[in-house]
Amino acid sequence: MGIIQLKSLTKKFNSLAAVDGISFSVEEGEIFGFLGPNGAGKTTTISMLSTILKPTSGTALINGFDMIKDKADVRKSIGIVFQDPSLDEELTAYENLTFHGVMYDLKKDMRERRIAELLNLVGLEKRKNDFVRVFSGGMKRRLEIARGLMHHPKILFLDEPTLGLDPQTRANIWDYIKKLNENEKITIMLTTHYMEEADKLCDKIAIIDDGRIMALDSPQNLKSIVGGDVVSIKSPDTKKISNAFAKEKWVNKIKIHDGAIDVSVNKAEEMLPKLLKITNEIKSEIISISVHKPTLEDVFLHFTGKTIREEEASAKDAMRLNRRLWGR
Amino acid sequence: MRKVYIIWLREIKKYIRSKSRVIGTLGMPLLFLFVLGFGLKSRISVNNGDYLDFIFPGIIAMSVLFTSMFSGISVIWDKQFGFMKEMLVAPISRTKIMVGKTLGGATTAVFQGFLIFMLSLLMGIRIHSFSGFIVALAFMALIGISFTALGISFGSRMEDMQAFPLVMNFVIMPLFFLSGALFPLEGVPKILRMIALINPLTYGVDALRFGLVGISQIPLWIDFIVLAGFCVLTISVGTYLFNKTSV
Repeated sequence: MGIIQLKSLTKKFNSLAAVDGISFSVEEGEIFGFLGPNGAGKTTTISMLSTILKPTSGTALINGFDMIKDKADVRKSIGIVFQDPSLDEELTAYENLTFHGVMYDLKKDMRERRIAELLNLVGLEKRKNDFVRVFSGGMKRRLEIARGLMHHPKILFLDEPTLGLDPQTRANIWDYIKKLNENEKITIMLTTHYMEEADKLCDKIAIIDDGRIMALDSPQNLKSIVGGDVVSIKSPDTKKISNAFAKEKWVNKIKIHDGAIDVSVNKAEEMLPKLLKITNEIKSEIISISVHKPTLEDVFLHFTGKTIREEEASAKDAMRLNRRLWGR
Repeated sequence: MRKVYIIWLREIKKYIRSKSRVIGTLGMPLLFLFVLGFGLKSRISVNNGDYLDFIFPGIIAMSVLFTSMFSGISVIWDKQFGFMKEMLVAPISRTKIMVGKTLGGATTAVFQGFLIFMLSLLMGIRIHSFSGFIVALAFMALIGISFTALGISFGSRMEDMQAFPLVMNFVIMPLFFLSGALFPLEGVPKILRMIALINPLTYGVDALRFGLVGISQIPLWIDFIVLAGFCVLTISVGTYLFNKTSV
């Protein structure tokens, strides 16, 4: 029984299925990552789960409530940080949070306490009475996260929480997300097209492409599906070494390319001495050895047959950023 | 109720903080008051009364009309800058959001009309009676609510922030000029009188004139019924369209 359960959720725009009958469930307390390229259907799914977009068919249970029949209860159970900014920049940080608190029926003393608590959590207590328009991108994101948490939601949706932020701010936001997952015991579902983000943060990852779930597991398991770690050995006699390795049961795969052998093994650190022992026995010279852990990039390639196009993504980011700059 | 209040409060705060908006919206009505009122004062008299006295209630109505219609742009702003999403995912019905925004816009519109009224007093215009002033204030509120709801209807249907003022001017100008704000309904060509009588603003202007100056061409109860009916209509349409708006 997951806290979020999708049941063949589908959204069609005209005849094109943006989300194509996806079903999965998210367990309470997890950080669940929704990984896919732009246009894969991540935001559409989040919009449906947060009740602002009506699904074409299928439904989802969120905190035990049906997202179509019990909209109001679903809305009270969730907090959302949208992909695009959604703060009122002409109001102060405090006023934005107060507005949210009133909207979610928080009584005044409760509201004040929560605002102080959350501003402290995201490190904005000193900027309480500043207008949001003077905030940096990272500060706005943090304020949005704080706002999403105001009403003690059971689940927090984060749609591309670090899109368009610089690497340092990004790492900063990751820390906050981890912290609140631990401190507030809150289930977090986030979408991202950054591999590193999904890898660092998430307990579980669903890979989505063209509106369908291609794989769902923990990052470690997903990576092991690809075939374990890769040990790259550079040597003049690659043939001899590969023949020797081929006899061993614990070697998953051997590939020779450009004067090097790629050997796929599980737990490369432990296998390294064994590999060296064999090369010693057959008296082969080794120029260099490197161990490469499979990345989510490899996983993504494995399941979808393509890489996430970072370049494409950054062009879009730039546009979005432009819009933000020109916004006001 | 507290939720409607906080939406109202947000509109008010934003209005007070944008000084240029307050002053900018005063410009046009003041220009009319000055140029037409003082310029034609010595040449024209209506019903043996002063022309400045005749038009200043109309100018107040104009100010309320402008401010309320333009406040509909806040819907487009909220859509563009994402705040609409924050409201739409909150546990509150869209109808309540619409009501809060309408009351907010109407309040600023009445305030703007009140500013013109105060400035008119400074220019030496005297009002008829205090009770009349209360009647005028009530009708300012009716005009404000009706036309804010109309502005929100437009805002709900539109995405383009640049196009909104253009469309609004296209609606506001005929509404104002064909309302009997600047001319009496008697002794004008029949077609002009006909159009003015279809225009809901005519009844608002007439009631304001009754309250502030004591001149009236239409019975007050008719003014009230027509304007109240129009108000119900625009709120219904506004609510319907706002419910359909998407982000």
